[in-house]
Amino acid sequence: MANHSAVAASSSSGVWGGGSSPFGMRWGKMFMWIFLVSDAFTFSSLIIAYGAMRHRFPDIWPKPGDVFTHFPFIHGHVPLAYVGLMTFILIMSSVTMVLAVDAGHSMNRKVVLRWLGLTIVGGFMFLGSQAWEWFHFIEGSEKGAYVLADGRFARTDDLEPGVLKFHDGTVVEGAEAQALISTAVKNIHGANLTENEYGNTPLFGNFFFFITGFHGFHVFSGVMINIIVFILVYQGALDKKKDYELVEKVGLYWHFVDLVWVFVFTFFYLV
Amino acid sequence: MSTHSHDHAVDSHAGHDHHDHEHHDSFWTKYVFSQDHKMISKQFLVTAIVMALLAMFMSLIFRLQLGWPNQKFAILETVLGHWGKDGRLDPSFYLALVTIHGTIMVFFVLTGGLSGTFSNLLIPLQVGARDMASGFLNMLSYWFFFISCAIMTASLFIQAGPASAGWTIYPPLSALPQAIPGSGLGMTLWLISMVMFIASALLGGINYVVTILNLRTKGMSMTRLPLTIWAFLITAILGILSFPVLFAAALLLLFDRSFGTSFYLSDIFINGAPLAHSGGSPILFQHLFWFLGHPEVYIVLLPALGLASEVISTQSRKPIFGYKAMIGSMLVIAFLSFIVWGHHMFITGMNPFLGSVFVFTTLLVAIPSAVKVFNYLATLWRANIVLSPAMMFAIGLVSFFISGGLTGIILGDSALDINIHDTYFVVAHFHIVMGSSAIFGMFAGIYHWFPRMFGRMMNKRAGYIHFWLTIVGVYGTFFPMHFVGLSGAPRRYYAYTAYEGFDAALNINALISVFAILGGLAQLIFVVNFFYSMSRGKKAVQNPWGSNTLEWTAPVEHLHGNWPGEIPTVHRWAYDYGKPGADDDFIPQIVPYSETTKSNLPGEV
Repeated sequence: MANHSAVAASSSSGVWGGGSSPFGMRWGKMFMWIFLVSDAFTFSSLIIAYGAMRHRFPDIWPKPGDVFTHFPFIHGHVPLAYVGLMTFILIMSSVTMVLAVDAGHSMNRKVVLRWLGLTIVGGFMFLGSQAWEWFHFIEGSEKGAYVLADGRFARTDDLEPGVLKFHDGTVVEGAEAQALISTAVKNIHGANLTENEYGNTPLFGNFFFFITGFHGFHVFSGVMINIIVFILVYQGALDKKKDYELVEKVGLYWHFVDLVWVFVFTFFYLV
Repeated sequence: MSTHSHDHAVDSHAGHDHHDHEHHDSFWTKYVFSQDHKMISKQFLVTAIVMALLAMFMSLIFRLQLGWPNQKFAILETVLGHWGKDGRLDPSFYLALVTIHGTIMVFFVLTGGLSGTFSNLLIPLQVGARDMASGFLNMLSYWFFFISCAIMTASLFIQAGPASAGWTIYPPLSALPQAIPGSGLGMTLWLISMVMFIASALLGGINYVVTILNLRTKGMSMTRLPLTIWAFLITAILGILSFPVLFAAALLLLFDRSFGTSFYLSDIFINGAPLAHSGGSPILFQHLFWFLGHPEVYIVLLPALGLASEVISTQSRKPIFGYKAMIGSMLVIAFLSFIVWGHHMFITGMNPFLGSVFVFTTLLVAIPSAVKVFNYLATLWRANIVLSPAMMFAIGLVSFFISGGLTGIILGDSALDINIHDTYFVVAHFHIVMGSSAIFGMFAGIYHWFPRMFGRMMNKRAGYIHFWLTIVGVYGTFFPMHFVGLSGAPRRYYAYTAYEGFDAALNINALISVFAILGGLAQLIFVVNFFYSMSRGKKAVQNPWGSNTLEWTAPVEHLHGNWPGEIPTVHRWAYDYGKPGADDDFIPQIVPYSETTKSNLPGEV
């Protein structure tokens, strides 16, 4: 849908001989703004649903700092560094988009192409990072987590073998831990839609996959739209119309997707 | 996606500028993939009429079951096959009928049909635009709607039957295929259909808002807009803000059903065996659903009120009473509609304090609603009323809005609602206040703007017969239903014969069914009148009702671009009817004050 509104909206030519437009804006741009408001409601409802459900399980909901600890080429815990890098990449792609829109105002085709191209690269980098993040989230740790015979849920840590960690902070090690593991009813590795090793509720994985996936889908469609616009600019279609508003419209969409990520980042990783 | 086809769409659209280049439309571009708002409006209307007849037919089938639960009807086996074995309606198909009846009526008829038809027809014509902002997206909006209708209809023909969990599709019933037959493929189709519908509603809604805000003709300030346009604007905004939430709710449900997530599911045992789902909450779905669901009520109702405002003012030959109060009350209703959803959930274990907050916000809705009712009555008061069929239906709408609104006050109060929640009292309430009044608004709109749509008049006498039979049918059906509800009969039950306490309701149910069948048959008069008049009706003149609004200044023959030559300029509001001192009892919006010096009020220059 975003595709359609972004592409077909390129016809903001005055279709009528009416009065002055309110907000000094042509309809195509307004169309994009209203679409974004509507999309914001979709994301808000998802994030509010996530918050409400998370608050039902304050005792067992995983702490983000314990879950997202991987960083490429580093053996050890680097909590939240990787997602910080992802966020930085996405925000930088917003900066390049601003520069592309700005170059569009002065109809500078070459400069638009340069910055729009970098924005597309940034988008792909983000998507690649997210794939890496998902991969490690799904694969999980070597030993995974155990559901013990008494129903308690204990995580392991690849860096401290033979240690069981409980959500309330208690740690059991040595022979006692071995005894618990040998009678455990279940060993969970990584995450899927029905269970995960990070906490004793599938909801954590469910919401993580759904919301970051839904956002990732937005980024993906944003990149696709950017590529289409890049081709149009490259072919000189916007020069012919002497109108670079299309770049501005996809810019709006791109900034929106970045803004949503800031919220996803905040609620999934920081709090 | 091919950008070329888009460019083409864009070019033909930009062509509105120089409308001398008339299109050589083929059958396909003129009647099927049309980008002209007037044709799209007719497409919406005809699709909605077909869907409405289907849904009405379903309601008559389950009314047979409710009215005469012990009787066998051979016709049921003929029509329904294995769902009507031996002339008895299959209990799970009863649930499917109720579900699909509600879904079609609420979404396809009163949302898609009502807004789709009249927003499309009237927005460009009444604000003075050549077409919608984007003809192409407008066309997409219709085709998403059509596909959505087609999928929903197709779900009737699958082996296990269509979705059966009620139009509100509460999980876990709707989430688990093991729960009822209708929660299998039928439910998946329901969800897919609804996702298509939401796409259609958003494309349409954004188009309406943008067109109203940005494509108004010279002089058409916001406070000169007819109330129809205000109603469509506010309706579209409600849809844009609430449908995305249904979209999120439906996607989460789809994941629970198909991919094993637990958003809405927890601690469920089937045949003694626990399911893997844990941690989710069905109440979460209700919150998301009703955050859409309540604004949806006004998405259904506001366009009808807008159409009625226009018809009542025109046929009273009087300015609408309290024009700005009408706009204000619609804005307040729209705002309140987002903070009252909890009144659908009083019995979900909600904190009583939170419940009382929802009671408070809900009862506040009575204020702007009353403002609207009194304004209608004040407009009718001592007016030169022209009782056209459209006017009859508009007055009928006001009647339903009052009688249904009064029971709304009862249901909005948690202390009372808890006793009659999910009984037929609720069914009676919303069928009157939302169903019947919205459909009456739609009928008023069809009778009034039929000449504008098809260039011909509908038969007046058939219109009156249709009106009287329908209003008798509606009150005959839904008024007694309140008492069935007060006696405690819950909705969505297949039969009450197993419960002695409801024996008294049986006779009432038979009476209700008789009236329902009468009301149903009356609609055939309308259908015949509609399709007959489309080609054989009396030719319409340009302005048959003596209206002020811009759509009646366009030629009867439909033009691509609406007006030959320049778009008219607007000089006054839309309600200069029966102005003292004026030559005629109406002064169209295109007449400047300089031509009406005799009737100008102080300040009107």
